[in-house]
Amino acid sequence: MIGWTIFALAGAGLVGLGLYGVIMRENALHRILAFNILGGGIFLVFGFAARRGAGAGFTADPVPQALVITGVVVAFSATALATAIVVRLTAAQAEERDDAPHAKDDG
Amino acid sequence: MTQDHALSAADASGRLLMAGLPPGPLLALAIILPLAGLVPLLLLGPRAGERAAIALAGLGLLLAILIALQVGWSGTPALYHLGGWRPPLGIMLRADGISAGMLVTSAAVFFGISLFAATGRDRTNTFPPTFWMLALCVASGLNLAFLAEDLFTLYVALELLTFAAVPLVCLDGKAAQLKAALTYLLFALLGSLLYLLGAVLIYASTGTLDIGLAAQRLVANAPATGIALALMSVGLAAKAALFPLYLWLPPAHAGAPPAASALLSSLVIKAPIFLLLRIWIGLAPAPLAEQAAPVLAVLGTGAILFCGMRALAQSRLKLLIAYSTAAQIGYVFLMLPLVTYSGPLSMPESLAWTGGFLHLAAHAFSKAAMFIAAGVIAEALGHDRISSLGGAAQAVPISVAAFAIGGLSLMGLPPSGGFIAKVMLLTAAIQQGVAWIAVVVLLGGLLARGYVLRVVVSALQRPETDASFVTIPLRRQSMALVLALVAIVLGFIPLQPMDFLLVGRP
Repeated sequence: MIGWTIFALAGAGLVGLGLYGVIMRENALHRILAFNILGGGIFLVFGFAARRGAGAGFTADPVPQALVITGVVVAFSATALATAIVVRLTAAQAEERDDAPHAKDDG
Repeated sequence: MTQDHALSAADASGRLLMAGLPPGPLLALAIILPLAGLVPLLLLGPRAGERAAIALAGLGLLLAILIALQVGWSGTPALYHLGGWRPPLGIMLRADGISAGMLVTSAAVFFGISLFAATGRDRTNTFPPTFWMLALCVASGLNLAFLAEDLFTLYVALELLTFAAVPLVCLDGKAAQLKAALTYLLFALLGSLLYLLGAVLIYASTGTLDIGLAAQRLVANAPATGIALALMSVGLAAKAALFPLYLWLPPAHAGAPPAASALLSSLVIKAPIFLLLRIWIGLAPAPLAEQAAPVLAVLGTGAILFCGMRALAQSRLKLLIAYSTAAQIGYVFLMLPLVTYSGPLSMPESLAWTGGFLHLAAHAFSKAAMFIAAGVIAEALGHDRISSLGGAAQAVPISVAAFAIGGLSLMGLPPSGGFIAKVMLLTAAIQQGVAWIAVVVLLGGLLARGYVLRVVVSALQRPETDASFVTIPLRRQSMALVLALVAIVLGFIPLQPMDFLLVGRP
């Protein structure tokens, strides 16, 4: 049991790190990475819940595994969407700077 | 007498019709139907795809009404077990009174917005197929969020809604829109992960994700229960833009094209609001819910007063409307300390309950009308600075009227759905001796009067001498008026608790 508790604690630690990053970081790319760390931590905690067999008193519960896989797919799509917007935003900002070379750049 | 007979005959034939029509599959159909619209959009090209999307929006409204009739007539929630699997392992769809009410509201507003969007992105361009695809995904995600009874399915619904709503913010690809979309996405992702962490903790302590089953198994004084509910609440509040987590909303909702703004502001945020209510009404153990209710009501108060004042201070019309959304969502949370969480509701409690949910519906109609009207006004004038709206009443009279009529509901003036909802909350608060809630309802109405009248008065001024206006076709102006009039019609609901909204209340 001790061995599995370490995974749960590691998950909790990742959740803390991820939360800190999402809230405190300014850079969008850093925040997207922090979001993935946060998600990874949550999936690890969920895996621990499966190990405890909380569902039906089995030695292990398969339901969280199926949900974690769905969660990974959702997190992946979210990351793809967020990075796509960052790429478009960077391009659009560069374009606006080129269009108005004399305008004051307020960043 | 004869009318009674006619009514009961209609009732009987309705029952007969419904008897042959099991309600369950309709719930699944409500989620699938909008997604079916993606096929013609991809295969038949933009024009035919657009027509199919609008037809499906109309069909979705019929379907939602059928489900609501079924729930109302039977007096019991409609249930559907996906694949025949029952909880705790299977996933259940469930439409009780409030879900069915939200379903009809969102389908009706969605149909109205679709008809407006059919008149084009602006006078010269139509909407690209991308808009219709995203809009249909929003419709499907909303229905899933209103019907799912499973915490993880709800997480998926919230994410589907986010993924469809964020690109709607940045349809034109301008830097400011992309920036607003990115902020919105990061807020929403953080919100859904906090919600997911809460759901994981609920699963770990109850072994089920079904809301009804988990509610029976949750222990009120276990620390995990409180932490899980708090995490889910913060996550949903971030997605719902509940004060003080509203900062992402104004730039995101104000930057999008009018039809998209209307979708986002009147419908998309209703899903997390509805889930936040569901969690405290249907999942949380009663003692915890009683402790949390005043906290949520105080946040609602913060929204009504602070965001109301921010709305008053705006110089751009679309930003003003966006801040008013952030303010108006506060009202439904004022309902929470006015209802009980164990046992049936007393008369004043069910009045508060009805008022809260009626407010959600009235806000959806009036906000959609106001965003569309504001978009048309900005199109006619070429700008949306509130200080120089002069001449708008001559250039686009129907749109200004739609804005003002939609505004009646926000201000809580009769006759309007917003008026009835606010009177219900006010009456319930006074009858239960919770004076501060009554004061907040009244102050919020005053603030709304301030910002709505500021716009209307400015629009009624004479035009500036050098002003030139673009003519907007009548068809493009009229949809906002229809939506605003529905918000008015809601004001003729009798001032008493609606039994329909109490169907299936846990």
